[in-house]
Parts: sequence; structure tokens; C-alpha cells
Amino acid sequence: MNKPLTKNIDPKRGPLNLKDYEKAGGYQGMEKALKEMQPGDVTKVVKDSGLRGRGGAGFPTGVKWGFVPMGDNAPHPKYLICNADEMEPGTYKDRLLMEQDPHLLVESMIVSGYAMQADIGYIFLRAEYAEAEKALRKAIAEVYGKKYLGGNILGTNWSFELYIHTSAGRYICGEETALLNALEGKRAIPRAKPPFPPVVGLFGKPTIVNNVETLCSVPHIVNNGAIWYKDLSKTDDAGTKIYGVSGKVKKPGLWELPMGTTMREIIEEHAGGMQDDVKFRGVIPGGASTDFLVEEHYDLPMDYNEVQKAGSRLGTGTMIILDDQTCPVGMVHSLEKFFARESCGFCTPCRDGLPWVEKILRALEEGEGREDDIATLEMHGKFLGPGNTFCAFAPGAVEPLQSAIKYFRDDFQRHINQKRCPWR
Amino acid sequence: MATIYVDGKTYEVNHVNNLLHECLQKGIDIPYFCWHPAMGSVGSCRQCAVKQYKDENDATGQIVMSCMVPATDGTKISVDDPEAAAFRKSVIEWLMTNHPHDCPICDEGGECHLQDMTVMTGHAYRRFRFKKKTYINQYLGPLINHEMNRCIQCYRCVRFYKDYAHGDDFDVFGAHNHVYFGRHEDGVLQNEFSGNLVEVCPTGVFTDKTLKQHYTRKWDMTTAPSICTHCGVGCNTIGAERYGGVRRILNRYNGQVNGYFLCDRGRYGYDYVNSAHRIRTPMRRKSNGELGTASKDDVIGNLKNILARKKKVIGIGSPRASVESNFALKKFVGADKYYTGLSDTASKLVEQVIGILKNGPVRSPSLKDIRESDAVFILGEDVTNTAPMMALALRQSVRQAPLKLVDMVKIPRWHEYAVQDVIQQRKGPFFIAGVAGTKLDDIATRTYYAEPDDIARLGYAVAHLLDNNAPAVKKLDEEIRQLAEEIAQALSKAERPLIVSGISLGSEVIIHAAANVAASLSKEQKRTNISYIVPEANTMGVGLLGGGSVGDAIRSAREKKADTVIIFENDLYRRANKESVDTFLKQFENVIVIDYLKNNTTEKATVVLPAGTFGETGGTFVNYEGRAQRYFQVYYQKDELKESWRWLREATMAAGHNDFKEWDNLDAVVGAVNREAAALRNINVAAPTSRFSISGMKMSRSSARYSGRTAIRAHENVHEQKPPDDPDAPFTFTMEGFSGLKPPALNNLFWAPRWNSVQSLTRFQEEIGGPLRGGDPGVRLIEPPGNISFSFFTDIPAAFEKRDDEFYTVPVYHIFGSDELSIQASWIQELTAKPYILLNRRDAETKKLNAGDEPDVQLSGVTLKLPVKISDAIPQGVAGMPVGIPGMDNVLLPGWVKI
Repeated sequence: MNKPLTKNIDPKRGPLNLKDYEKAGGYQGMEKALKEMQPGDVTKVVKDSGLRGRGGAGFPTGVKWGFVPMGDNAPHPKYLICNADEMEPGTYKDRLLMEQDPHLLVESMIVSGYAMQADIGYIFLRAEYAEAEKALRKAIAEVYGKKYLGGNILGTNWSFELYIHTSAGRYICGEETALLNALEGKRAIPRAKPPFPPVVGLFGKPTIVNNVETLCSVPHIVNNGAIWYKDLSKTDDAGTKIYGVSGKVKKPGLWELPMGTTMREIIEEHAGGMQDDVKFRGVIPGGASTDFLVEEHYDLPMDYNEVQKAGSRLGTGTMIILDDQTCPVGMVHSLEKFFARESCGFCTPCRDGLPWVEKILRALEEGEGREDDIATLEMHGKFLGPGNTFCAFAPGAVEPLQSAIKYFRDDFQRHINQKRCPWR
Repeated sequence: MATIYVDGKTYEVNHVNNLLHECLQKGIDIPYFCWHPAMGSVGSCRQCAVKQYKDENDATGQIVMSCMVPATDGTKISVDDPEAAAFRKSVIEWLMTNHPHDCPICDEGGECHLQDMTVMTGHAYRRFRFKKKTYINQYLGPLINHEMNRCIQCYRCVRFYKDYAHGDDFDVFGAHNHVYFGRHEDGVLQNEFSGNLVEVCPTGVFTDKTLKQHYTRKWDMTTAPSICTHCGVGCNTIGAERYGGVRRILNRYNGQVNGYFLCDRGRYGYDYVNSAHRIRTPMRRKSNGELGTASKDDVIGNLKNILARKKKVIGIGSPRASVESNFALKKFVGADKYYTGLSDTASKLVEQVIGILKNGPVRSPSLKDIRESDAVFILGEDVTNTAPMMALALRQSVRQAPLKLVDMVKIPRWHEYAVQDVIQQRKGPFFIAGVAGTKLDDIATRTYYAEPDDIARLGYAVAHLLDNNAPAVKKLDEEIRQLAEEIAQALSKAERPLIVSGISLGSEVIIHAAANVAASLSKEQKRTNISYIVPEANTMGVGLLGGGSVGDAIRSAREKKADTVIIFENDLYRRANKESVDTFLKQFENVIVIDYLKNNTTEKATVVLPAGTFGETGGTFVNYEGRAQRYFQVYYQKDELKESWRWLREATMAAGHNDFKEWDNLDAVVGAVNREAAALRNINVAAPTSRFSISGMKMSRSSARYSGRTAIRAHENVHEQKPPDDPDAPFTFTMEGFSGLKPPALNNLFWAPRWNSVQSLTRFQEEIGGPLRGGDPGVRLIEPPGNISFSFFTDIPAAFEKRDDEFYTVPVYHIFGSDELSIQASWIQELTAKPYILLNRRDAETKKLNAGDEPDVQLSGVTLKLPVKISDAIPQGVAGMPVGIPGMDNVLLPGWVKI
């Protein structure tokens, strides 16, 4: 089994119901965890597996779980939250998992919840994912019917309730602490860290927030062990990854591949290569908030460490390709317009810096660029960096900007010199 | 303690604070916006960026927000680092992308923190070439002006209004660069502390709307340290004047009392000073029976003859007149013929309160102590309306118990949002027993609404549970017993329990019950406090001075055979019923009234002399706590507006008495009080004497940038005149004099080099958020004695029994309206409640009354038509009526009322 996440997925058939999911080997991870393992054992195997957060940050999942206070004196209720607020532009991998195999996520929540002895689970779902909501609600109802959720699951003394919360919708809700505020009914602004959610999280209680894809790997790791999971990968970063490609390729889409598959293989073999009349110029490897990579990185193994070494981030692993028929300034403008709009408005550099960036990029596109504009953009690239802003939103937002200036500086300059967008 | 290194220099700091706090403490300028000493750090503005280095070998460093980093031992930072400085400059540049360039027409100009920070960071050249965003402003009521275009989104307003003052009609709306701070729709801000937005806002979004009606720049106002005159809390204020009128009131920080904030009555109640009803000249009843203006010589000449026969004179003082004036009156007429000017009820209850506080075992708390209490039991007071700033302090107390959780997870207390994440909805124990719903109910663990005797019974029951020696309450309902149990448990678990009571319901048994609770707690060596709320600025002052009530004066007038009464700053019609005051005043040949506003009593006077308000005179008030505090004349005036004691001195000297001959300035009177009134000993410590100087200079009342120094009196005489002298205070009336760091009681202006706004306060504090440099001003006159044995009160009343035909009617207080002085301000009148009678829903049903119906209401001979208000909170058989407001004259409560 080399595609644990997507093995049940057949879009033509639709998602498996509980019976068929179990027939396909589902809920065995849950059985094994609850019947044969102590909660700490589950955390340990996840830690050993090297699973890293698939939401984009790549933080080791087992390590995160290890911060949760355990034992009789631990505060309760403890919460497990699935971050299903997938709003990163160009990213739609969690959507596939939830729409096509909802039981995998439900099982994952149970197993992961058991590991941290959570009392309550929430799936914080992007509001627009109506199909996913429908599928998940159906799956949860089935599972409650079979008493895999609720009181004393599988005869243990552990109880776990699972709810779906559909977000009111803002990109910042994907930031785990802003998500907590939103879930508490407050403004979705990020929280200061420390305190970290595993200690002081939702309603002040220990809370783990994990991405859909991250959680979905857990039952398989429990079932097959850490070594199996590590061996799925081509590099040091463990497991499989759902990679995606959008842009002017022949077959845009999503594929579950071994972690560390090269960009070339993903684009050429799975996405069918560039469309005939266009040439590859660059790629944002993991959603909108990552730095551009270019042709020199074509053979880069796409894992957390390698992409970081190349000056970008793997992020969500769903890449957006820039071709030679598309204006890089226009592309960055489109992204920054999104980020300026989605800033929560809490801290100054993000709230007031990004609209300035957006306005300059628009001016460049409209032929109103000025000589010092690139310097102003670069100033933002620098000053909206990590630590200068309250959360990671603005640093992410300027990653495509600063790398676009680095790789496509001439194109920016041409906008200024020609007083127009050369692509229009 | 910890050692930190800032730009190569070594500093010893307190590790519990953050770096911004400690740097400002050490006089290092770091610009900031969102941090506020009373509201902690949230890290939103990013203005206080500095470079932090890991260790000796780290040459690169990392930008951090100094407000978000604890001042732990060994921390190494640079403020001057070029990258950090450039980043700080950029933050201003970002804020300025949308901030209008309207400083010249902005009310904040010249005392704007944003201006200061802009200059401090060096941002001067505009690179942003696009359009600024604009907003629609809101009408927020008569007190506060809203100009959203100026907003720099520091979030301080919403953090004060919602998080600190618990207001629920103001918020931040929208997102990204369209966040909006205001109400959900236009309308009057409902929170009683909304005026603090004006000082909390670092720029001109929220400005003082009343100042706008007679606008003057900060540097053009003459200022003096003052004490609020609108309730008994004694908040420290700064009175500010231009052209002979008070223009505004600003908060004057006092770490023990009001701290950083004021209530809206205190901030906006000042306009009585400028009122058209002011008495500005002496008046004398003419032969035609009319009261008309008279010359000073004429009036003094008249008084000369009257006062020569001193034995036939009685004197009535006032809880709104200074200690000094009351003392002078008492001294002149003699203790047996001096009355404090308190009503019968107030007089009796204040005497009780002082007795309890003096004999111990429990002390009265400052507002700071109240803020730090960890369990509260309120008996019979609607604190928000009777002592507003105490209510704001009480709101902070409910954080104390949950803060222990914050300490447990090792989150610093200044880390505000992290603290909130831990605390969540938790609140410390807070119990309210009142007659009707109060504005503090939203933070209460339990509320209990009952008739005053029943409130006292609950108190007595709690005391008995805490200490068996306290008397037990007979025939207590099981429900009440359980409540008493819950309260007793919460109080006994607390480390700093606080009992709050007061005289507003006119109930002696409540005061006794509160004392029993406090005394029964104190045996456990806790820091127990008891706070009794009194209504006026100097109620405690006259209480300590001692004397009969207005009723005593009325009752004993005939036997005293007096033919003359001197009344100081008191409208007797607010103290006793109309008929008795009418009869009383008619008995006198001479009714000499010294006051500053026309009222029903001055109408009956034969002689009226114009007294000064806090604007024109100085003196001492004693607050609820027993803290004597000095207020100073704000501005020079040429009218004959004098301290009441000074008029008395002048008249008695003319009459040939030498009692006050030596009293040629306030120091002499204060000295006499200090020597002769035992209960007021140490009052002289409240402030330096008039002889105090620094480098041979008196303190200047006006700023060094005051405009019109030589021109302002040019219409009188084109030659430059000698600046007027102030015999009473160590202040000049002009810009001449010392304008540096003054002794704490003399702070008349918070202004420091590079810091033109109120944020300059950090330069005046010994410790940021702590005491002022030189110690918080004011002197406590009452401390409980060491070892004493308290004998419990035993006057437990029977449970209330409602009557079929009558309602026991209690006074209901309103922050806007119940106070005699602030209601003179037109903007306060706008906010004042209209008359009504408050009934329980079932009582209203029985009487077949709907809300808004206007039945006849009879009480002690007076019949009023009052619209009905209905409440579920007020107990059956009890009614409430607003006191002090227009249309409710001569209503003296509590009492039985027929509907």
C-alpha cells in the first residue's frame, strides 16, 4: 500500500459508507489503538514515524502532541481540532480527502483524540466546502450509530464527542490560534505564543490543532508502524504527500506521491507537462504564501528540508505554475490583493503594509509605476518578515513578492520603464 | 530583580515587567501605541521594536517587540540599532498612509501621542502616493467626538471600553485595513467611563466634545491639581482654564486612588463653574424685599453689625465645602452651634461609619486596594451610580482570583491577551445584595434583591457563619441561609476580601451588618477591607469635624434663640423637607448664605456672598477612605469669589472679632485645623505649604508655551502688569515659575520633553503603574487601632413585611442627575434620567399599572405624578424613585409611599 491517504478514493464512485470503509480495512487503526495501545504509545509511534504537519508549517506532529498535559491531573476537557479551513489559494488537497473519504478523517480524529485523551473534537471546516460537510456529517452520524464516537468507545473508559464547525470564512482562521478565537466566538485574530495551544488552547484548555492531511496519516501509521511510514518516502521526510499542480499544465490535479518526489516528475509525469504554447518560468510550490522557485530548481525533491534549502517552503505541496505568457507582476498583484484583503487588521505592518504593496503592484500593472517602487516593495519584503509582525501571515504574504523581485526583477523594471504591463 | 543591557549600558530592573515598561522606567525613550500600563501588552502596533541579541557572540540580533518580551536577567537589547530604528520609522510611515494631515485643526494637536511618536521615530517624508481611506464618523453622545479618519488602529479604545470597563456597546468591526472602532450604530455611549477614550486614544479619534465648545490648546490652558467634586471617592483631577472659565477636566494620576481613569461625571461635570446660575457678586435683600446686587463694602458693613453679636449666630456647614471653611464656621459659632449640613440620616450614618473605621478592626481601602481585592460582598449600594470610580475598581477585582491560574502557567500578568486566553470567562467571587438591579450585576457571582432590612439580615447571617460570636439571625429562609453560606465560604477562602457598603439607602442596620461581616473575617489575619460609600466630596471631612445635622439645627433653633444663621455652600432643601426648612429660615432675622450657585436656599437669604468653586479657590476634602486631599485654585479671577472661610474672616474682622486675624492664607487655616481638630490631625501633610519653592521659584500654573503672556490682560492696562500673587498656594498664576518635576501633590500638568501627551506620565511615576515620584499624594486620617476587641452589632431587624396599601420606597441613584453640581452642565442634563417610580412586575400587575402609566404618588404630604417603570429585580412591596434629579425636588427617601 503506497497510497494510504487516497487508496479508497474513486471520484466516479464517491465516498465509501461505513460498512464499505470497514470492509476496505477502515477503523482497524482505531481498534488497534484503543484496544492494544496506551495513549502514550500512539503518540510515540506518530513521533517515531516522522510525520510533519501538512498544513504548511511542517512541525513534527508527535512532538506537538507530546506537549499536551497527560495523566489524572491534566485539565479537561481537552480538545482535538481538525483544521479543515483550507483557504490557501491554489490548495484543494484537504477538500479531496474530506469529500471522497470522510471516514478516514473521522477515524483519524478518533485515533488522534485517543492519543491525547481528548474529550471533544471539532472539525473546523471552510464554509464553502458544502460537499465535504455533507459527507462528513453523514459519516459522523454513521459512526455515532456504531458507537465509535460518544461514551466509552469500544468498551474503554474513554469518551469522545465530534462536532463539525463550519467557519464564517476568513483566510486567517487557518492560523491555528486565530482558529481558536473564531471557534470561541471571538474575532479571528491570532493569539500570542506562548502560551501554546497544547497547554492553553480552546477555552483555555489543552488543545491540538492538526491539518486534515496530517491527521489522515495517523490511522495508517498506527496500523503499519513508523518504519513502514518512513519507508514510503524517497527522502528523510517521511510518508506520502498529496501534491497538486495548477497553472497552464496539460493535466492539472492532485496526486498522492512519495514525499520527496521531484518537481520535474510531478509536473512532467503527473501533470502532463506544460501546455504546448507556453514555457515554464517559475512555481510557487506550496500555496500562495511561499517563495517562487524557478527552472534551476526543477529537479528538487519536494520535501520540507529540500525546499527550505532552496529558499522556499513546501507549504501545502500544491504548486501554482507561472508561465512565460503570464505577467509575474500581475500574478503577484493578484496574490497580494488577496492577502491585503485577508489580513485580520490586528498588527500595523500587515494591515497597512500589504495594501501599500497591493497599490504599488496595481500601479505597475496600470503603467503608473515609479522608479523607487521596487525599493519600497523590497522594504516591505524585509520589514514584513518573521518576528516583525504578530503572526506568520504577513511573512507568508511577502514570500512570493520578495522572490518574484529576486527572480523577475527585469519584468518589474520593464513595467516602470515602459509605463505599461508588457503582457497586455 | 534582573540585570539587562540596553545599548551597552547596564540596568537593574524588575524581571516581572516587560522590556518596554522597564526601559521607559529608566528614562529610555521607546515609542509605543498599544501598550498601556493599566491594560498591559498585546503586541498589535509593533511600534516598540528593538533589537534583541541572544548573547555576547550574537552580532546580528533579531527584532522583537519590547512590550512582549519579559525583562529577564541577562537580556541584551539595542534601541538605537539602525535596523530597529528603521523599522520603527516604517511603522509610523504605515500608520501615516491613512492618517489625515489635519493636525492644525485637530483637537488633539499639541498633546498628541502620534505626533510625539512621529517626531521620535523621524518619519517626515511621505512616500505613499495613493488615496487615504475615509470613514463615516458616528454620533456617540454629547461627551465624545468621533473622527475615525484619524484612527491608527492601536485597539486601545476597545480594550479599555470592553475589556477594562466591561462596556458592551462599543467594539471593533470589520477587518484588514478597514477595521472600525465605534458602536454598532450611532448613539450615546452607554458606559459610565467612556470619557477615558479621550485620554486612552493616542490621537484625535476620540476627543472631548465639551472642550470643543470652548476649545483651547493644551499649552494655552492654566492648570492646577484638583479633586473631583462630584462624589465621595475623591478622584484626582486637573482643572484647566482659559479666559476665566474651566475648559476641561483631565485625569490626574494617583496610584492609590483613581490611577489612570475618571468617570464621566467627574470628567464632564465641571460646567457648573461656568454656569449662568453662578453667584458672582455679593447680594443683599433690599427694602423692597428683593435680593439685589450690592457692593462688597455695603455687605460687609451690614454683616459687621450682625456678627458683632456672635452669641446669636448659628452656622451650617456643608459636605461640599472644604474642611477649612467648615472648620472656620465651627470655630466662629462654637461647636454647639455648628451643624455639618448633612441630613439627619446622613449625619447619623456617617457618624456610625467613622466610628466603625476608627475603632477597627478593619481598614478602609484605597481604590488600588479595591482593584486588588479577590472576593467582594456589596451590601446595599449601586456602586456605579453612587461612587462610579469605585465600581470601575471593583470590576478589576474579579480578575484577581483567576489570575492565580495565569501565574500557574507562568504567563506574565502584563501579557494581556494571553492572560485573557487563560482566564476566559472566569470571575472571582463577587456578591451583590441590593434593592434593585445594579450596573455591576454582569460581573456578580450571585445577586440578591431585597428590602434594606433583608439585606442587613443576609449580612448578619454571613457574619455569623464566619464567626460564631457574631449574632445569629432568627427565622432565616433556607434559600437565604444557603446564599449566606456561599458568600461566607467565598469570603473566607479569599486572601483580600472586601466588604462594600454605604449610606445611600439610609439604612443603619446595613452598615452594622457590613461591619459584622468585615470584623468576623478579620480574625483570620486576612487583609480584609471595608469600604463605606459616602455621597459628597467632603462628607467624611465634615463627619470627622463633627457636629449636628441640618435636622438638629432645625429642631434646636428656637431654644438656641439665634437670630442669625450662616450657611456655607449648602442648599438645605436637599437635606430636609421643604416645610421644615421654610419654617426654619423664617425664624432668622439674618440668613447669610455663602455659595457659588443660586438655589432654593440662596433665594431665602438676606445676604449672599459669592463663594469660589474648585476653579477659584483651594482647600482640602476628605474622601470615603478617610484620605485628606488638597485641591488648588485653578485660575486667578478678579470677581469677589472667595473661600467661604475668607469671607467669614473678612466679615468677622470687620465686626471686631480677632479669631481669624492670623489667617492671612490657607496655610494658617490648615495649621489651625491640624492643631485644634483632633480627628483631622495630619491634614497639613496632604500638600506642601504656600511657601514651598524650588530654586526660589513657585510652581507655574501655565505652561512655558502659554500664548498671550503679556497680552491677556491688556484690555485692562496696556502696561505689563505684575502677575497676581497667590497667598494660598505654592503656585504662580502665570507661566513664570518652576515647571519641572514637582512634588506629587502639585502635579498640574503631565508634560515632559519629547512627550507632549498624557503618555508623559511615565516620567512622573516612581514606578510605572505604581506610585508617583515622591509618593502618591493625600494623607489617610483614619487607621484602625492595633489590638482591639470589636463588639459585634446586634440590631438584627425582623424580616421585611410588605404592606397592602403602601410601598417602602428607596432612593435610586443616577450617575447623571443625582449629583447637585454636575447636573448644571447642559451635556449632563441631556443624559439625566427623567422622574419615575420603579415597581416590581407583580406589584404593578396587582395595581393594574403598565409601564409608562402615571399614577399619583404620595409621600410625606407631597403628591407627584410619576411614570411607572417595571423591574423584576426590585422586591415586592418595595418601590424605587430617583433622587436629586429635576422634578424630584423635596423628595426625601427612604419612606413609605402610597400609589
